[in-house]
Amino acid sequence: MSEYSEQEKFKPVHTNKVDGSPYSGVIGWIDNRLPIFRIFKHEYLDFQVPKTLNYFWSFGGILMLCLIFLIITGLALGMHYKPSADEAFDSVEKIMRDVNFGWLIRYAHMNLASFFFIAVYLHIFRSLYYGSYKEPRQLMWLLGITIFFLMIATAFLGYTLPWGQMSYWGATVITNLFSAIPLIGEGIVTWLWGDYSVGDAALNRFYVLHWLIAFLIVGIVVFHVIALHIVGSNNPSGIEPKDTRDTVSFSPFTTSKDLVGMLIFILIFVAVMMFAPNYLGHPDNYIPANPMVTPAHIVPEWYFLPFYAILRAIPDKLMGVIAMVSSIAILGLLPWLDFSKVRSSVFRPIWKQCVFLFVLDFFLLMYVGAMPAEGIYLVLGRLGTIYWFAFFLVLAPLVSRYEKPLPMPQSINEYMDWKKKGKIKTFNFT
Amino acid sequence: MIKIFRTFLIVFFFLTQNSFSEVNKTDLIKVNWPFDGFFGKFDKASLQRGFQVYKEVCASCHSMRHLSYRNLGEKGGPEFSKEEVKAIASQFEVQDGPNQDGEMFTRTALPSDKFVKPYSNSNAARAANGGAYPPDMSVLVKARKGGANYVYSVLMGYADEIPSNITLEEGVYFNKYMTGNKIRMPKPINDGSVEYTDGTNASEEQISKDVVAFLTWAAEPHLEARKRTGFKSIIYLLILTILGFIIKKKIWSNIETKV
Ligand code: HEC
Ligand code: HEM
Repeated sequence: MSEYSEQEKFKPVHTNKVDGSPYSGVIGWIDNRLPIFRIFKHEYLDFQVPKTLNYFWSFGGILMLCLIFLIITGLALGMHYKPSADEAFDSVEKIMRDVNFGWLIRYAHMNLASFFFIAVYLHIFRSLYYGSYKEPRQLMWLLGITIFFLMIATAFLGYTLPWGQMSYWGATVITNLFSAIPLIGEGIVTWLWGDYSVGDAALNRFYVLHWLIAFLIVGIVVFHVIALHIVGSNNPSGIEPKDTRDTVSFSPFTTSKDLVGMLIFILIFVAVMMFAPNYLGHPDNYIPANPMVTPAHIVPEWYFLPFYAILRAIPDKLMGVIAMVSSIAILGLLPWLDFSKVRSSVFRPIWKQCVFLFVLDFFLLMYVGAMPAEGIYLVLGRLGTIYWFAFFLVLAPLVSRYEKPLPMPQSINEYMDWKKKGKIKTFNFT
Repeated sequence: MIKIFRTFLIVFFFLTQNSFSEVNKTDLIKVNWPFDGFFGKFDKASLQRGFQVYKEVCASCHSMRHLSYRNLGEKGGPEFSKEEVKAIASQFEVQDGPNQDGEMFTRTALPSDKFVKPYSNSNAARAANGGAYPPDMSVLVKARKGGANYVYSVLMGYADEIPSNITLEEGVYFNKYMTGNKIRMPKPINDGSVEYTDGTNASEEQISKDVVAFLTWAAEPHLEARKRTGFKSIIYLLILTILGFIIKKKIWSNIETKV
């Protein structure tokens, strides 16, 4: 073969791509070399979102806001906190008393954790109700559940840090759950503790992990958001946008609306933090940890109560732990258990009732989780657990098989028109 | 159908609200504290009297290890003057050292010193109180459900006639508001337990109120600043929210009317 034909096989390369910025001047110069400005323009200024998004869609941004402020306040706390069994409680008191605005920083971090969960529960409800977990958003949903698991871990670990009575006994009860694993359980618990009981060693590693997992969440949120910008936002109609009659650009429309949602959320948050900062906590956590005195009732934070109720609904420890973990993990199967082609519950009369009952069940379990596990509470807890799992394993497939969806509009634009004419009944959360 | 569910949810909320608060068997005595509510502030004179009560009565058993004498002069608290704080501190002796010879020594307390503890450790405290541990009072108000009302109720909850179904062991007293109606603290406050210099009538109620106000401040020394900042931020946020809402309406106005 001649040299010439050998040459033909090679394709031209462009390793140097300095070009193509929509901006000029210094910004253009930077953007040609590091395309952050055009990415920002593309994803946050011109990005098209359905124009029907209601305030339930603000919670994604609100969650981001919570996460950022949790990290900022966490950093500030970390500069004064001491992760040792002897000093932890006192160092927190010192923050509350002597550090400049320490009381504000700590109350903010504490209450932000609670509000993070309020927001995430509303965010998940939104996805359930409007079918956001369905094709093509399954991966967003799975990433979301991963985030939720990590949130649970961080919140639990964070709660142990002030080393009050509930910190200590909550940590003891929850880490002891691992002992339910046959054969190696006891070994795992000792390994987790780094000792033969929850103590200094455990507290130290809990502190490290509390930080680590918080940053892991940031990482997964990045994936979650990248995926969102690929698949686009769902919307109350559940219909994909077709052209610009169905959409608005992210700025200024979504931004201005999210801003209102955020401000209302912040308002409520500030009111609670400033006037009832300990309302969502447990008074026992202001008693220093004492391994010799068990509190009368060991209860987790309010946002864990539904899952705590499921744990206690099952008489066997190992099965209880499995049920508790799978009660969350099972959310991940929903995109495949619910195979209805219609996304939004607005057009699914039966599924809509199932979702409302699920919400009710969530509150029922939350209530049961705060009560002693006996008598009527045990019965209620078991009924609630049965519905929880039946919702996914029985109702989702059956309803999607037999339900007859309501007549649907062709586009988002038409949806708005129908809604205006009163042809669609749904709650107004504009 | 949705309406029924919604009503159901709301009713459920009310029911649970009630049962959550029902956990307390005996209703606490509810006092109208000046530090409650949106504009809550401490009554300085009451805090000063409360400190006197703590110092003269409770301090012989209960420590307050998170407080320093200097705190008594800080803003938002009893606000004793600098001289008064120095004088208060100088009534106490603290151990210091080691000095250059390696010896520990005692000296008069300074405003920067922590409140002197009645017992050197918790075992000594237990031994002196028939096995019961008098809890540290720095955050006691926040460590009990019901807070200030609870502590006040416990102080007022002693009774002379003991219900017949309750038998009290040696060193145990009847108290309406404790779990099991038993407490191992002898009734600390009676009419005239302390002598007020500002002419306030030292009734049992008054002394209890003063000491509870003092303990509430001790547990939450920045309460006044918190409520003040809170109120300002809420006003500010309200204005911002309304502005934001108007802007949003304006931006969205031609979108919503198009269809
Ligand atoms: C003679 C020592 C003594 C004195 C003086 C004393 N206490 Fe106590 N106090 C105790 C002991 C001991 C306990 C623990 C009681 C128990 O566990 O049953 C206690 C417990 C308490 C409790 C906690 C009750 C609970 O819910 O656990 C409060 C509140 C309290 N004291 C307030 C006061 C106040 C206020 C004063 C001063 C006016 C005071 N005490 C003076 C010994 C004392
Ligand atoms: C740290 C926690 C989280 C953050 C910061 C976060 C952030 C966001 C953001 C910014 C959006 C886009 C705006 C919106 O649609 O609301 C979004 C969408 C979404 N999130 Fe999350 N999220 C979090 C947790 C979760 C969890 C726990 C789940 C589910 C179990 C979840 C499921 C979803 C889904 C399915 C979407 C797409 C919804 C749609 O397009 O309609 N997210 N998230």
